[in-house]
Amino acid sequence: MAREIQPQPQNQLTRALAELRARTPARLVVGRAGEAYRTSTQLELREDHAFAVDAVHSELDLNRDFDPQLVASYKLFDVQTKAFDKADFLKRPQLGRQFSDEARATILAHCPTDVDFQIVVGDGLSSAAVVSQVPALLPLLTAGAKKRNWSLGQPFVVRHCRVGILNDVGVLLRPRVAVLLIGERPGLATAESLSAYMAFRPEAGHTDAQRNLISNIHARGVPPEQAALRILALADQMVAQNTSGVAIKEELTVNLDSKTSAGRLEENPA
Amino acid sequence: MTYSTTVRHQRYTFDNLAEVLAKANEEKSGDSLAGIAAADQRERVAAKRVLADITLREILDTPLIDPAIDDVSRLILDSHDQPAFTPLAGQTVGEFREWLLDDATTGELIAAKQRAITPEMAAAAAKLMSNKDLILAAAKIRNVTRCRNTLGERGVLGIRVQPNHPADDLGGILLPAVEGLLYGCGDAVIGVNPAIESVDTVAAILGALDRLITVSGAPTQHCVLAHITTQLAAIERGAPVDLLFQSVAGTQAANASFGITLDLLREGRQRTLEHHATRDVRWVGQNVMYFETGQGSALSAEAHHGIDQLTLEARAYGVARAFEPHLVNTVVGFIGPEYLYDERQIIRAGLEDHFMGKLLGLPMGCDVCYTNHAQADQNSADNLLTLLTAAGCNYFMGVPCADDVMLSYQSTSFHDGAAMRRLFGLKPAPEFHAWLEERGIVTADGRLAIGDMAAHPLLGELHSLIGTVDVQ
Repeated sequence: MAREIQPQPQNQLTRALAELRARTPARLVVGRAGEAYRTSTQLELREDHAFAVDAVHSELDLNRDFDPQLVASYKLFDVQTKAFDKADFLKRPQLGRQFSDEARATILAHCPTDVDFQIVVGDGLSSAAVVSQVPALLPLLTAGAKKRNWSLGQPFVVRHCRVGILNDVGVLLRPRVAVLLIGERPGLATAESLSAYMAFRPEAGHTDAQRNLISNIHARGVPPEQAALRILALADQMVAQNTSGVAIKEELTVNLDSKTSAGRLEENPA
Repeated sequence: MTYSTTVRHQRYTFDNLAEVLAKANEEKSGDSLAGIAAADQRERVAAKRVLADITLREILDTPLIDPAIDDVSRLILDSHDQPAFTPLAGQTVGEFREWLLDDATTGELIAAKQRAITPEMAAAAAKLMSNKDLILAAAKIRNVTRCRNTLGERGVLGIRVQPNHPADDLGGILLPAVEGLLYGCGDAVIGVNPAIESVDTVAAILGALDRLITVSGAPTQHCVLAHITTQLAAIERGAPVDLLFQSVAGTQAANASFGITLDLLREGRQRTLEHHATRDVRWVGQNVMYFETGQGSALSAEAHHGIDQLTLEARAYGVARAFEPHLVNTVVGFIGPEYLYDERQIIRAGLEDHFMGKLLGLPMGCDVCYTNHAQADQNSADNLLTLLTAAGCNYFMGVPCADDVMLSYQSTSFHDGAAMRRLFGLKPAPEFHAWLEERGIVTADGRLAIGDMAAHPLLGELHSLIGTVDVQ
């Protein structure tokens, strides 16, 4: 069967190969040193892994990682969940879904309750994602909410944060719509991918079934401008339908591939 | 029934078999997360001592999850081979471990007992074994399967080419698939995890992979690892399915969380066999299913009934073997550090899973992998890959440079597959190897024959192929 097809001349082939390679971020045609990688490949992989791992383990520091003007103009402050350190956070997901007592007190002291739109920022599995994407997203979301005449909550940052913190946000502050901007599990291709998890009137007992998600927010995925539009459009839908989660259908593709349907989806720090 | 023992003057009591099994496990963060792990190393060894004295008969007679509420328990009991079990029934788990490792116990003798050994017995033996024991015992057993080629014979190491793409771009899938072939990979399957779970997407990828296999003439099978219902819908629409994929777990409730029942698996297998009969393909056997599993999946679905993740993984193999699969692999490091915390736990779990799967009769492969929030790196993957090749693992994954750009995790690469074949003197599946030799890709002894992949004519053929599939 293979013999029926005429191989292409080499120059055409090279061009076709280059075109195809450009269509995937996969590391293709890298050559080999025996049955191992070339040294350049080996070191590129180590470099990308280093950035991914550091994104997971580095602690988010508001004053170091954000422009002081941004922190000042949004009066950003940070709190911590019950996960004491990163190891605790990684081993015991439940702790990352609950505010510490100190955090509760701080939040209640600084944040108005019963607002229309509450933004929360969580480090999740990549503080690098938060550092890269949040400074662009925050003004866009705030402007969109103001345009809609929504009352805005006081945004704040949660360290050692899992998606389930949304329930605690609901219990403490009773917002109509809450959006959690949280770092995704980093891959080698990027360590800067952010997710926006959203819930209408979040409360204890909510699961992902009551939440909506926009994932893959980064320069080569969903850029912040597009993400902000989609977040606000979802918030509009939630307000219009008085609900969130499975009942709300965005123009999203549902990911139920093998490894996610096996309950192994850890791409996002639920 | 309670169990107790004394270790150096300290008395340990366990309420039931489930508690003994859980506490006898090597340390796993998932068992701690479930609150069922041994409190310390002394309690762990006490549980192991108790377990060593429990008979296989007692394990059979003590279902961990009531068959009245769990169809996996029913399946295990209903398919149990009583006549073959009778001579083993009086063995304790400690004796069973020794029988498995004994000089006189060949792979053939173990195979004759496959259906007498329940998943819980396999799990119990694993808990008393060291890593080296798990390798030694597994290496005796070969489980051979056939679909479009023959996998699992002694001396054969298969590789799945996994050419995933973040947006299911067909060109972006086919190029890595062809490159995989040029590294002698793809005999286990050319298997794509789709980014988009729609019948249209799945059918389009299936069509492209089928065309690749037809045009290249490579004797292998393809698969798109979507939900079973999506693949069956694609068959309805006329798409070609070689292997029908599904993730499975060890409890009815966990399987329900995946959207499957045992009946659905039965129906799917039947429909795939019927579909194969209508296609002009040279099938060499009727193993048409592909299953993936992994420790911790039942806990993650809150469907674990207080049973430890190792024992539940063995029960997932009890599900898999009822459907005579061509491929089964544990995705051992994918689940994350709350279930398998670090390299040590991932390696242990990989060796346990492979041993238990082989013992229960499965064509066991492994996705040797890790996520970037686990305490592991590519050296960890190298370690487990090498250990599992020594254990006789049927196949591994081949991902370009081990970096899966769709699922964002690291697995093993085309290079890794070639390295293991060379190191252990292993070859690709025989039909596939003959094709590789004919195309000048691999030598008669299984070594890579070409230096510059980009210069091989197969890539030129791909260029023509891409013109014939619907590439966006």
